Order: sequence, then C-alpha cells, then structure tokens
Amino acid sequence: MKDVLENIEGQFEMFQVLDENGEVVNKDWMPDLSDDDLKELMRRMVYTRVLDQRSIALNRQGRLGFYAPTAGQEASQLGSHFALEEDDYILPAYRDVPQLIWHGLPLYQAFLFSRGHFHGNQFPEGVNALSPQIIIGAQITQAAGVALGIKKRGKKAVAVTYTGDGGTSQGDFYEGLNFAGAYDAPAIFFVQNNQFAISVPVEMQTNAKTLAQKGVAAGLPSYQVDGMDVLAVYAATKHVRERAVNGDGPALIETVTYRYGPHTMAGDDPTRYRTEDMTSEWEKRDPLVRLRKLLEKKDLWSEDDENKVIDDAKEDIKKAIKKADDYPKQKVTDLIDIMHEELPNNLQEQMEEYKEKESK
Amino acid sequence: MAQKTMIQAITDAMHHELKNDDNVLIFGEDVGQNGGVFRATEGLQDEFGEERVFDTPLAESGIGGLSLGLALQGFRPVPEIQFIGFTYEAMDAINGQIARMRYRSGDSKSAPITIRTPFGGGVHTPELHADSLEGLIAQQPGIRVVIPSTPYDAKGLLISSIRNNDPVFFMEHMKLYRSFRDEVPDEAYTVELDKADVKREGKDVTLIGYGAMVHTALKAAEELEKDNIEAEVIDLRTVSPIDTETIVESVKKTNRVVVLQEAQRQAGVASNVISEIQERAILHLEAPILRVTAPDTVYPFSQAEEVWLPTHKDVIDKVNEVINF
Ligand SMILES: Cc1ncc(C[n+]2csc(CCOP(=O)(O)OP(=O)(O)O)c2C)c(N)n1
Ligand SMILES: [Mg+2]
Repeated sequence: MKDVLENIEGQFEMFQVLDENGEVVNKDWMPDLSDDDLKELMRRMVYTRVLDQRSIALNRQGRLGFYAPTAGQEASQLGSHFALEEDDYILPAYRDVPQLIWHGLPLYQAFLFSRGHFHGNQFPEGVNALSPQIIIGAQITQAAGVALGIKKRGKKAVAVTYTGDGGTSQGDFYEGLNFAGAYDAPAIFFVQNNQFAISVPVEMQTNAKTLAQKGVAAGLPSYQVDGMDVLAVYAATKHVRERAVNGDGPALIETVTYRYGPHTMAGDDPTRYRTEDMTSEWEKRDPLVRLRKLLEKKDLWSEDDENKVIDDAKEDIKKAIKKADDYPKQKVTDLIDIMHEELPNNLQEQMEEYKEKESK
Repeated sequence: MAQKTMIQAITDAMHHELKNDDNVLIFGEDVGQNGGVFRATEGLQDEFGEERVFDTPLAESGIGGLSLGLALQGFRPVPEIQFIGFTYEAMDAINGQIARMRYRSGDSKSAPITIRTPFGGGVHTPELHADSLEGLIAQQPGIRVVIPSTPYDAKGLLISSIRNNDPVFFMEHMKLYRSFRDEVPDEAYTVELDKADVKREGKDVTLIGYGAMVHTALKAAEELEKDNIEAEVIDLRTVSPIDTETIVESVKKTNRVVVLQEAQRQAGVASNVISEIQERAILHLEAPILRVTAPDTVYPFSQAEEVWLPTHKDVIDKVNEVINF
C-alpha cells in the first residue's frame, strides 16, 4: 500500500514570474506581452486600487451599500481577467466586481448593485457574466454548466468562475470541478486564497496543504500561483485557457494572495483574527509595487502616468456615482414586474395594490 | 436583573447551557475567535475552549451533517447558520435528515439539535440574508420552529430549545438584535415551547404575529387605541407547531383577527394560523380573517425594502377593514 498524499502535496510549487523586487525570475514563462499591454495591466491595477479606496470611502459616507474590499487581490483579479476574451463567461463571487468592470460592466451599474438596485444586475448585451454570487460556491457548479454549454455550442471560449479559500470547503466546489472534468468542459476554476474566510484562517478551513491539490482528485490540471504577481497569474490563466478552448478540458488555479481591508464594510473587524504584522508582511509583496518596479526599469511608467490614472479613475467614479444617483429609484412594482415573464394572477393583483401604495 | 439586548440574552442562554451541560457544543462559521458576525458567541470560546466552541469549514450542509453525527454520539449541538439564506445549503441536512432522525430510527435515536440563525429584513443586507424562511421548515414534520420577539423570551426559549430532546430551528430577527432592551434575569430560566404569549390584551381585534411583526402589531395597537379600538396582540413564539388554544381563546373574545407575517403572502405560517382558526372557531368570527404580509416577490434588493416590508399602517388598514366589515 502506497501513501501518495505526501508525494502529491510536496509536488506543488508556487509559480512565480515576477519577484518582489520587480525582477523576472522565470524567463521561460515571461508572457509575451507588448509594452502597451504591460502598461495597460499597470493602469488597470492602479485604477482598481483607487476604485477600492473610493468605494470604501463612499460606503462610510453612506453613499454605497454592500461592498467587499479588493486591495491586495488586484494581480489575481486583473491578471486572470487580462487573459480572457470577450466571449469568455465570468461567474464571479461578491469580491470580483473589478473583473466585471473590465469585462464591460458600466461602473454606475456596479454602484447600483452595491446599493441594492436591480438595474445593477441588468448587464448590458455582450457582457458575458453573471452578477456577483452571494451564496458561497453556488457559481461553481453553474460554471460547469456554462462550460458544457459553450462546448456544445462549439464556441472558442471558456467559463471562468471565482471563489475564495473558504469557498473550496463547499460541496458545490467539488461537484463543479467533478462535473466539468467528467464532461471535459472548458472551465477555469479560480481560487483566490486570501488566507481568510471572514475570520477563519485557511489552515483551519482544511487539512490540505494547498488548495490547488483539491483539483487533483477531480482529475484537473491544478496550479498554485503567486497571487501577488500579475504576470504569473496572467501566464497561468492564459495557459489553462488555451488548453480549455483547444478541447483539453478544465483546470484549477489557486492564487496565494491577501486582502488588506476588512472582509466587507458591514462591521468586520480584522484585528479580531489577524495581526497588523501579518498585513504589513503581505504589503511588502504588493502586486502594484512589483509591476511598477519592472515598468520603471523599462522606462515605461512614470509618476505622471500614475497620477493620470488616479485622476482618471476619480473622475470616472464621480461621474458614475452621479449617474447612479440620478437613476430612478427602485420600486416594489419594479420588483413585481421582474418576477415572471407574464404576471401570474396573484402578482397582477398585488401590482395594483402596490401601484396604489406607491402613488401616495 | 439587568437590561439586556436580544443578542446579549442569546449569548447568555448559550453561556448557561455550556455551563449546565458538558454535551452542549457550539459551532459554525466565524463563531469562535470572532464571536460570530453578530457577536452572539462573543467570549464563549475564550471561556469554554475550542473543544466546546469552534469554527467550522465554510459549508452549511457539512454543519448540518456534523450536527446530526455529533448528536448520535450523545452531544447536544447548537450550530449557527450565519444568515438565513444559507439554510438552503443545509436543507437536506435539516428537513431531510435531522427532522426525520427520531422517526426513521423508530424512536430509537434522536437529534437534540438547536439550529440558530439570524433572519429578517430592514438592515440592508445583500441577497439571501434577510429572507423569512420559517415556512419551509414549518412544513417539515419532526422539527420545531421557534422565533422570539423580545430579549426575555429569546433567552428562555433558547434554553428550552437546547434542553429539548428534539430538533429546533431557532430564528433570530436581525432587526431586534440591538433595537431595544428588556429586563432579563441573570440566572437560567425557561420559556415554554409551543406556547404563544399575549403581549397585549384587548377586546376588539386579535393581531397574531411573530418576530419583528409583534412589534409592528404593538405599534399598530397603540395607534388604534387612539380610535378606541383595543387590539389584543398574540406573539406565536413557536410557529411550528402553532398554539391553537391561546389563539382560539382570544378569537372567542374579539371575534376579529388580522394575522401578520414579514414573509411573502405565499410563504410563512399565516395561512396555517388562519386555517386553524376557521376550523376551530368560525362561528365566533364577525369578519373574514385578513393578512398583512409582504408581496409575492423574492426578498427585495435592499433599496425597496422599506415599502416591501409590512408596516403598522398596513395593519391599521386591515384592522379597520375587519372592524367595519
Ligand atoms: C453559503 C454561504 N455561507 C456563508 C456565507 C457568509 N460568508 C460570506 S463571505 C464568507 C467567507 C468567504 O471566504 P472566502 O471563500 O475565502 O472568500 P473571501 O471573502 O475571502 O474572498 C462567508 C462565510 C455566504 N455568503 N454563503
Ligand atoms: Mg478568503
């Protein structure tokens, strides 16, 4: 009888391209990105960091509702998204709003989503994505379905779904991986291991040494990637995407990352479960700093470039908030209206009742 | 005695029972070091240790199955489902397994499990956090559904639930957690399960509700008093099974009934309450029994919550209807 566990766990290594000093440490995997692409990646990360800071501030002023901070996870979120194409279908979790925005969701709609307005979930034609999933794990089995559908339709695309370290404990996670594997469906299961599920550290979440190894049981190629290294995340995602669209089936990527902020803005207090030392250790691996160092060495990025992105982002946010403010307030009759294609009799009656209420 | 919020009363109850019975175990997502997202289990892990109060991996179906397994080993689990909507994840464990344990073992095994979960609207949560899913569990024979409306009741009902040898689904309305205080004795005490409570006496109309709607009913009753209408307010407290005795007694006195629930018209337990009344006391009724409920949509995206949730004004309208029938 052979115990393979140690063997399997021991074989996972953290995939890295760009180290903390902005040095390319893995030339074989340095992605084939133009200077403009590299700058665009940088721009998106800076923009998203600003968006995060502004969203937190707006939430504190009572001008945004539900919000899950993203700072620290930009490389995981934007590096993976950068490897996707427009036709790829995204099934995000609540923290994955940045990917949606770069996939084409207008900012004001992201704000309306946060404020609990249904229009925030009415994605424009061509934005191939679901709105952020609140139920941990629900999107993962659905991703297997989207991927199988893509395959049946013969499209050259993938379904990519995001979850966290905590999400890998749900039964839905294993079911989704297994289904996609069984059908050889073009799915990418993307796990952002930010070390905590609210307060629960990943070490208490599972006895598995890596989350990547959870894909092995389902027969999926699975990788553990430095989630603070945007080039590694991009390269890994590009790789598994190509496999998938070429009919080689699904894969799993675990990015090892960290959220700097609280879990959400609804009263989470990180000092109850982690030290400030831990946070500052992770900040040293910051994804923005790393790429900036590389770009500066290549003379591709300056303080002016950075400031311009910051100003642009602030301006966009201002306009989007204004647009969200101006959007008609949501009414109960709107909600009745979106329940069914044709209103059944109970709702017809209630529609009249609430029209009257709302007219008062 | 001290003035306590409902959340403090709930913590108190768990504290007593952890002390009272070594078999009581408390677990769920973030209930350990973090003390729960509402701080219901604040300090309990520090005092009773990780063997008794512990975090689980993030999986509600797992929490349900774990509870049943521990119960089979003689423990008395008090798991927390972090928000009501995640009950769907544990639905087989609760309705399919826990509720049926005693029955399917021919009464040779039991599941003395108290599943606690926050629910209810008005606090601007994301999707599937604020629903009123009591009806789903109430439809399942073999498990009780208990919903307190005051800190005093919360403590006594939770202690009774934990001590009960059958499973209880214990729902705590989020809006009531910290909205007011109540005299809550420091010592352990019980409030009887399956027993409704008359929260206000009156002779003209009976308002029947549970959870936050009890307060909506009380507010309506206060307003109605100005018009010389004396409303009696019954707090069901246990919504499955329903205490028909207390209800019928009141109906015989008032002859008029309005039933309140925060759940949608097609959900909840109001229709059940109404059926019981008409079977047992129809000849005492002077008017049809009316309902105050939410409309039959999915729980609203938070921006429309205020209009969607039933208010005391809706209650007053319905009371006037039954009075003037
Ligand atoms: C089914 C379900 N259970 C519990 C929750 C409550 N909850 C929201 S986020 C969260 C932690 C998730 O952690 P992780 O998967 O690591 O993602 P992260 O928030 O760290 O991005 C929990 C327990 C939920 N939303 N859905
Ligand atoms: Mg996490």
